[in-house]
Amino acid sequence: MSSITQPVGGHGHGHDEHAHHPTGIMRWVTTTNHKDIGTLYLWFSFTMFIVGGIMALTIRAELFEPGMQILAPERFNQMTTLHGLIMIFGALMPGAVGFANWMIPMQIGAPDMAFARMNNWSFWLLPPAAILLVLSLFVPGGAAETGWTLYPPLSIQSGMGMDLTIFAIHIMGASSIMGSINIITTILNLRAPGMTLMKMPVFCWAWLITAYLLIAVMPVLAGAVTMLLTDRHFGTSFFNAAGGGDPVLFQHVFWFFGHPEVYIIILPAFGIISEVIPAFSRKPVFGYASMVYALSAIAILSFLVWAHHMFTTGLPAAGILFYMYATMLIAVPTGVKVFNWLATMWKGSISLEAPMMFALGFLFLFTTGGFTGLILAIQPVDVQFQDTYYVVAHFHYVMVAGTLFAFFAGIYYWLPKWSGKMYNETVAQWHFWLSFIFFNVTFFPMHFLGLAGMPRRVPDYAQQFTDWNQVATIGAFGFGLSQLVFLYAVVSAIRSGKPAPAKPWDGATSLEWTLPSPAPYHSFETPPVVK
Amino acid sequence: MSAVSQGAKPYYYVPQPSHWPITGSLALLLMGLGAAFWFNHYAAGPWILLAGFCVLLVMLFGWFGTVIRESEGHLYNKKVDLSFRWSMSWFIFSEVMFFAAFFGALFYVRNISVPDLGSALTGRELWPNFSAQWPTVGPYIKQQFSPMSAIGIPLLNTILLVTSGGTLTIAHHALKSGHRGALKFWLFVTIVLGFTFLGFQAYEYHHAYTEANLKLSTGVYGSTFFMLTGFHGAHVTIGAIMLTVMLVRAFRGHFDAEHHFAFEAAAWYWHFVDVVWLLLFVLVYWL
Amino acid sequence: MVGNQERSTRALRAPSKYSARWLAAALCAGLLAAPGVATAAWEWNFQPAATPIAQQITHLHELIFWICVVIFVGVFGTMFYTLIKHRKSVGHQAVQFHENTTVEIVWTVIPFLILLFMAWPATKVVLAMHDTSAPDMTIKVTGYQWKWGYDYVQEGFGYYSTLSTSFDQIQNRAPKDEHYLLEVDNPLVVPVDAKVRVLVTAADVIHSWWVPAFGVKQDAIPGFVRDTWFKADKVGIYRGQCAELCGKEHGFMPVVVEVKSKEDYAKWLAEQKKKVAAAADDPNKVWDLKDLLARGRQVFDGNCAACHQPNGTGNAAIGAPPLVGDKVVLGPRQHQIDVVLNGQTNGVVATGGAGGKMPSWKQLSDVEIASVISYTRNTWGNKAAEDIVQPSEVKAGRK
Ligand code: HEA
Ligand code: HEA
Ligand code: HEC
Ligand code: CUA
Ligand SMILES: [Cu+2]
Repeated sequence: MSSITQPVGGHGHGHDEHAHHPTGIMRWVTTTNHKDIGTLYLWFSFTMFIVGGIMALTIRAELFEPGMQILAPERFNQMTTLHGLIMIFGALMPGAVGFANWMIPMQIGAPDMAFARMNNWSFWLLPPAAILLVLSLFVPGGAAETGWTLYPPLSIQSGMGMDLTIFAIHIMGASSIMGSINIITTILNLRAPGMTLMKMPVFCWAWLITAYLLIAVMPVLAGAVTMLLTDRHFGTSFFNAAGGGDPVLFQHVFWFFGHPEVYIIILPAFGIISEVIPAFSRKPVFGYASMVYALSAIAILSFLVWAHHMFTTGLPAAGILFYMYATMLIAVPTGVKVFNWLATMWKGSISLEAPMMFALGFLFLFTTGGFTGLILAIQPVDVQFQDTYYVVAHFHYVMVAGTLFAFFAGIYYWLPKWSGKMYNETVAQWHFWLSFIFFNVTFFPMHFLGLAGMPRRVPDYAQQFTDWNQVATIGAFGFGLSQLVFLYAVVSAIRSGKPAPAKPWDGATSLEWTLPSPAPYHSFETPPVVK
Repeated sequence: MSAVSQGAKPYYYVPQPSHWPITGSLALLLMGLGAAFWFNHYAAGPWILLAGFCVLLVMLFGWFGTVIRESEGHLYNKKVDLSFRWSMSWFIFSEVMFFAAFFGALFYVRNISVPDLGSALTGRELWPNFSAQWPTVGPYIKQQFSPMSAIGIPLLNTILLVTSGGTLTIAHHALKSGHRGALKFWLFVTIVLGFTFLGFQAYEYHHAYTEANLKLSTGVYGSTFFMLTGFHGAHVTIGAIMLTVMLVRAFRGHFDAEHHFAFEAAAWYWHFVDVVWLLLFVLVYWL
Repeated sequence: MVGNQERSTRALRAPSKYSARWLAAALCAGLLAAPGVATAAWEWNFQPAATPIAQQITHLHELIFWICVVIFVGVFGTMFYTLIKHRKSVGHQAVQFHENTTVEIVWTVIPFLILLFMAWPATKVVLAMHDTSAPDMTIKVTGYQWKWGYDYVQEGFGYYSTLSTSFDQIQNRAPKDEHYLLEVDNPLVVPVDAKVRVLVTAADVIHSWWVPAFGVKQDAIPGFVRDTWFKADKVGIYRGQCAELCGKEHGFMPVVVEVKSKEDYAKWLAEQKKKVAAAADDPNKVWDLKDLLARGRQVFDGNCAACHQPNGTGNAAIGAPPLVGDKVVLGPRQHQIDVVLNGQTNGVVATGGAGGKMPSWKQLSDVEIASVISYTRNTWGNKAAEDIVQPSEVKAGRK
């Protein structure tokens, strides 16, 4: 964003909280404040990250050696399923909404989200969903053991855990749809005077498009799992050949949701990176307009590529070619983004604080994951890779080193604004380097495992896969422990960090930096004027 | 909010903390648990579900009641009104996508899976006696049934619903030109048409189950038929309830010529339900 | 028998030439793969191709891979250059520019052209893989939870192929053999240099039939048949695995294909036909209890013991009830025939389609089912009133 901004009217009328504002826990339960809700989302996300992470470590521990050690096979499958679902729906998506809640009103000069009360509900739907998911582990038959993709007929066989999962997905879907409607409305309707769409920070653009994708595909997922539910309990035959249906129909509906979903996971991260890189290069983002067009192109293309997850189901050749070409095309707008970020850095005045380090780590590793995605898009090659650890490597590169690293970048970047305290740079640098190294130790070997032919979702493997699995397991524990450093960095900053100035990063330009740190409870009750 | 307390009209109304959302969450948690227990044959299931539903009703009354009070208290200015318009549009878009999933399923079974089941490869190897036509119960289920025909109740229902769209528009015009009597009358007619539609649909379902031997479990034809028309019927029910609330509010003197977005939202929803029906009529009953 | 022709496992091989390339690539990418070089067991590339298609896939992968490496080096070379040169700490002042239409068009168009260059060879391979016309023979592959069924369509016989690794090895109670988890009782046998068309389907849930060395992976979808093909050009044993999560024992249903020379294959085929003729069970024959029990025990240990345990005590963790003293086993035989034939969930016999938690055993022969039921009714202290079930009753019980 290249405009000069000038807040009009006192931002921060001080903290004139109302007399009847609840305090203690009820403050958080009933709050209609976008900042409180953003905080709730972020802590929820981190909690789920730990829960899903512990499941991942259980998986990795079982896979340390060939043979069955700590889990029965059906428990292993449940761990895989819940790990995937919890990480995606519990950690990454709510995390991104947390950023949206905190930043969008401040970046566009709005007093709050458009629907502050509904905003509260969007958040408070998540804990019930999480309870249903985690509870499913303890019902007879255990959690869903189908992988996060819930393919029938396997999911028809599952026990009660599958029903709990289905309802959890319904609830999370409702949460996402309401959250997205809120975000879109806020962006379209509550921009400060002068804040035209093409002056908005790229982060807001990224979320605008993400929210659109969410509204388009979450209902489709709801439809898919509803059909699953009626096939399971009410005798419908959507996914049953005996009655004229087709198990593959589920895959089509699921991936019509699922592929846009992966961009839902990455676009907010692109947004964060597009804020951080200019700030630490002390230059405006390069090619603002093409950044926006690229985001839109990715969103549109994402509806046309879903069957690349179904390359081995036996689609006709014409279908395969269509989905292969369309998938490959996504490399073009994504490439535009990568090149624009590079051009933003080019001839800048770069400094390497923790947010920038994570942004660079993102760039490096996300692109690696993008390239493996492109390799998977080549259908003949995917025939060898589909359902192997190569795919597991691909998506952890884009989701962990992509989205998660972007979140870390965003947290270090905005923590001073949120908490009014600076984090400790040394601790944060340790967090980065440990995460970066252990991430690669964990996931890089998975490419080799996939190439050599190790299927995913197996609790046990042939002996030639032992060595890389051991490396990966060691890396996973290292990566997990590195996150304790993160927890320490954040908690110690909040409790005893140095007070942060209003604008700790000299290269930052967007509206939130015109507010004091910490940002007042109510910001921009009268809109600033953006020139 | 400070701006409110300063007495001036706020730039944008931000509501006070509220316990309705958490109440709604509790309701959905109970309903999810209850349904899961029920479907897996635990006796407590239906009761938990019912409890959840009651909490949900309380929440809906409480929450919408608050919104109505805020609206009538003129806390919503033009900007808030515009927010409501955006949000209702996007909400309807999400509903469109929900139906798209089921229409997509219908398209897929008719054009891909059923022909495939009768194809030279799959058909010859696995289902030699299956002839791939629509409607079908599939190659394995043995059941005779008569499919729904488009003329008769469906056609009648089409006429009812299209008419109700018209009467609702008349009501809206009446509201805009301040004819409150006409508003109430035409709104009432719309609601009657809506419930008549539902009555016919209930009759049709009864006929399907008892005479046509067409059930939810009648292969993929029964599945798509009942799920599509059933979800549509549920939406008609919700829409009719929304309109009823609007009628009650009209009697209480709510709404004026400029300020009646709640009414418009219900009307948009009703038109959306109308359009879905037209698609259903063509794709499910007719073709 | 063909151990010397073993090709598919590379467990004890020295790194191939690909390994060295991969190492170079990994280092270029600045990532740490170093520990892998020294020892031999670190598998990190495709199994050697045994069909022309697998060969083409390998080449295609290498092509795309190297293009990506080149772009990667270009992009991140630039990044590191700017990181070093344009640092605040080296006193670089930011130059304020923020767009340039020409370069933006260039870096949109060039990647597009690169993609076209990739799409061309990929398309050729896609089309080749779909050409199932004019096969020399056809085999029908059926996925079951958890084994493979192979039917020689023209020859009119078939058999099951089940994991042969012992339970003790899996539970770490016995040393693991060389082909741990990749060995079966009856491999699929095909002749070399013949175009084999494979019809793939499944009986319960989705499986995926995958032989890496052939470049073949085809999902097995219950109720549908999909076809694919391969033409192995080297004699040997090739090992793969089920590649679609299919439940508890997804990790334990390997695919093993033995490619024999034309003569060996003919010999094998003749033997096989003789065996089939000899073993053909006559479902109308009346069996006596002793024979049924002996047969039943084999069937039980091979199919049921995984869940109900060899001594019939069941496995509470997955809800498989003990069959000792079980009311179904001691009750009317017709009901047990229903349960075993159709499967059962929560006490309800499944009807049609995929079975429930207790799988359907339709795929077993009448004799096998009759014998296993009789066995459960007369062992572990069970003494059912209706103690014997004849194959003819099972036959009648099939719908
Ligand atoms: C954040 C999430 C995310 C993102 C962003 C992506 C991005 C991409 N993904 Fe990925 N993917 C997943 C998450 C994601 N994916 C997940 C979760 C799965 C597995 C689901 C499951 O089965 O459980 C999956 C699986 C998956 C498959 C199916 C594999 C299989 O199951 O067999 C395929 C196949 O085409 C694929 C392709 C791609 C492609 C082409 C991109 C592209 O968007 C990448 C584009 C980026 C680049 C290419 C790099 C930058 C570009 C340049 C520097 C320009 C120049 C480059 C060239 C001209 C080459 N992905
Ligand atoms: C979306 C995000 C996401 C994230 C962040 C992760 C993170 C990780 N994943 Fe995940 N993964 C998925 C998404 C994700 N994954 C998906 C979608 C699947 C597919 C599922 C399927 O097949 O259906 C999958 C599958 C998957 C598999 C394949 C399983 C299989 O096929 O059977 C493996 C195996 O190694 C794995 C490993 C890991 C590891 C080691 C991490 C690590 O990065 C985790 C690190 C984090 C922690 C370890 C927690 C941190 C904290 C602590 C340890 C502190 C201790 C405690 C306290 C403070 C109280 N993942
Ligand atoms: C995948 C695991 C599994 C395998 C293999 C299996 N069963 Fe079962 N079996 C179950 C489960 C689970 C149930 C309980 C189903 C239910 O809840 O109704 C069951 C139930 C039964 C019952 C009914 C018991 C009752 O009291 O309801 C019988 C009889 C039975 N199995 C026999 C067999 C025979 C014979 C075989 C082998 C041919 C076999 N089972 C193989 C899992 C299995
Ligand atoms: Cu069979 Cu996996
Ligand atoms: Cu995808």
